[in-house]
Amino acid sequence: MAGLPTVPEYLNPDSIRTGLSRRKVLDQVFVIVGLVLMFACLGILAVLFMNLVLDGSERFGWDFFTNFPSRRAERAGILGAWVGTSLIMLVTAFCAVPVGVAAAIYLEEYAPKNWFTAIIEINVTNLAGVPSIVYGLLALGLFVYQFGLGQSIAAAGLTLALLILPIVIVATRESIRAVPKSIREAAYGLGATRWEVTKDHVLPYSTGGILTGMILGLSRAIGETAPIITIGALSFIAFLPSSPITSEFPFISFAWLKDPFTAMPIQMFNWVSRPDQAFQANAAAAGAILLGMTLLMNAVAIWIRYRFRKKINW
Amino acid sequence: MVSTAATQSNDLVSRSGLRYRKIRDRIIETLLLAAGLVAVFTTLAIVVILLTESSAFFEHVSLKDFLTDTMWTPLFADAHYGILPLVAGTLTTTIVALIVAVPVGTIIAIYLSEFASHRLRETVKPILELLGAVPTVVYGYFALTAVTPLLQKLMPELPGFNMLSAGLVIGLMIVPYVASVSEDAMRSVPRYMREGSYAMGATRLQTALRVVVPGAFSGLAAAFILGISRAVGETMVVAIAAGMQPNFTFDPREQAATITAYIVQVSLGDLPHGSIGYQSIFAAGLVLMLITLIFNVIGFSLTRKFREAY
Repeated sequence: MAGLPTVPEYLNPDSIRTGLSRRKVLDQVFVIVGLVLMFACLGILAVLFMNLVLDGSERFGWDFFTNFPSRRAERAGILGAWVGTSLIMLVTAFCAVPVGVAAAIYLEEYAPKNWFTAIIEINVTNLAGVPSIVYGLLALGLFVYQFGLGQSIAAAGLTLALLILPIVIVATRESIRAVPKSIREAAYGLGATRWEVTKDHVLPYSTGGILTGMILGLSRAIGETAPIITIGALSFIAFLPSSPITSEFPFISFAWLKDPFTAMPIQMFNWVSRPDQAFQANAAAAGAILLGMTLLMNAVAIWIRYRFRKKINW
Repeated sequence: MVSTAATQSNDLVSRSGLRYRKIRDRIIETLLLAAGLVAVFTTLAIVVILLTESSAFFEHVSLKDFLTDTMWTPLFADAHYGILPLVAGTLTTTIVALIVAVPVGTIIAIYLSEFASHRLRETVKPILELLGAVPTVVYGYFALTAVTPLLQKLMPELPGFNMLSAGLVIGLMIVPYVASVSEDAMRSVPRYMREGSYAMGATRLQTALRVVVPGAFSGLAAAFILGISRAVGETMVVAIAAGMQPNFTFDPREQAATITAYIVQVSLGDLPHGSIGYQSIFAAGLVLMLITLIFNVIGFSLTRKFREAY
């Protein structure tokens, strides 16, 4: 009489039980490792940000915003930098948003499915991965010298506009894609042309996403340093660009577009790279303000996204 | 009342009205297409500018010197044009950054996607995305004023500028990025695959490591490649914290210039248009683009090879 086949070791209830409890312990260990790493990362960053604000706190004050850079750290301010940054952002938004939204509309609503459209799409994806300093080189060769814009606010604004174009396009496309097909088809059914469908139905529904994309793009542009150093921003500027508003007719002047400039991140970089310790406090203060601006813009973007998501019920 | 409505609809439907609307549509379509083409022209312009300016550079410098000389001193009287020191600096900081960012980013992503509660995930994800928006010059300040002094306490002989501190901070900077993109990839692995695994008696960790991670591999590869691209192209952190002296070494404790730091250094000075120094930054930029391109091609083929279709 042949005996029952022996039960293999791995089916032995005891070894299953020990194996299982060991695996459960591993699970717990992983949870702890994951939590620790995550909070370590967030914690380190939080400490660094707090340090930045503390280091800079002695410089915060009205004078910091209304003074030009100076050789004496405690008198140096960011007047030229924040004015420059604001004007650059104006140019960037003015160029990137219409072009980006138009490109996104084309890709989502008009483009036929063929190799040509595929080329445009691949380009948009690839541009998002190009290192930002390469945009600086492009702008140096193209805008500064070929187009003769010089080292001006216009050149900087255009550079950053190209840089954030992919962000605006991708965000707009996503929000356009979220509009249900039925809405378009209802409009087509009433005889609307493609543009009428887009303008009267698709765009109003995707405004939230477009605004979000625009703000996220600008918040990226505001902190970009490398490309505008490359086109030759000056770090020591003790004058303002010419005023956009004049006292004579037609009251608006565009002379500032051609003026040399400095910007917040450039000013910070300049102060960081000085050996004199006193300037580190200026760098920290400028950094804290820059950080505050980006976080504020992102918070607004998140809020807009939330508001519009809540408002629309298909 | 009735008659105005009738005229209006007549205007819209009448042949001339329809033709006007169709012509308007055509014009608008062309304008929109032109906007789309801006992306294509940007790429073309990048390639053309880098190639033309670099070709002027290579009229003075032989390709052999460029690739084999171990000194990069274009602005000195005794000019050497070997790109190797800059490439070494770029690769060293990138490797240090990846040693931090890949394991930490992946573990955080696995934790968030497979273990964390819905509420924790919905709180942490936006924070991670917010961290991606912090200007890099701010991270440079951290590297120089916080991380380097800390490292100097551990390693007293560490110089004030070093690649280690820059690399670590770049790593910390791209952790949120890698974590966020990897988490998206793992979340897109269908639920039934996890449930199949649980039904076989696997624990969460086993399911995560043996089912979800392999299933999301192409997405993870894409996340790593994006991280590498950011580390290679990162400029301000290295320009501030790693020094700007070209130095042919792979030792992260030393100071060295990266490709990007060199471009910044030259741009800060006032080099005349058309001089060899001016052309050299375009040659450096071309090499940077090629390195990024190589990593992207590797990433693309990995993604292709390991793509799982559900």
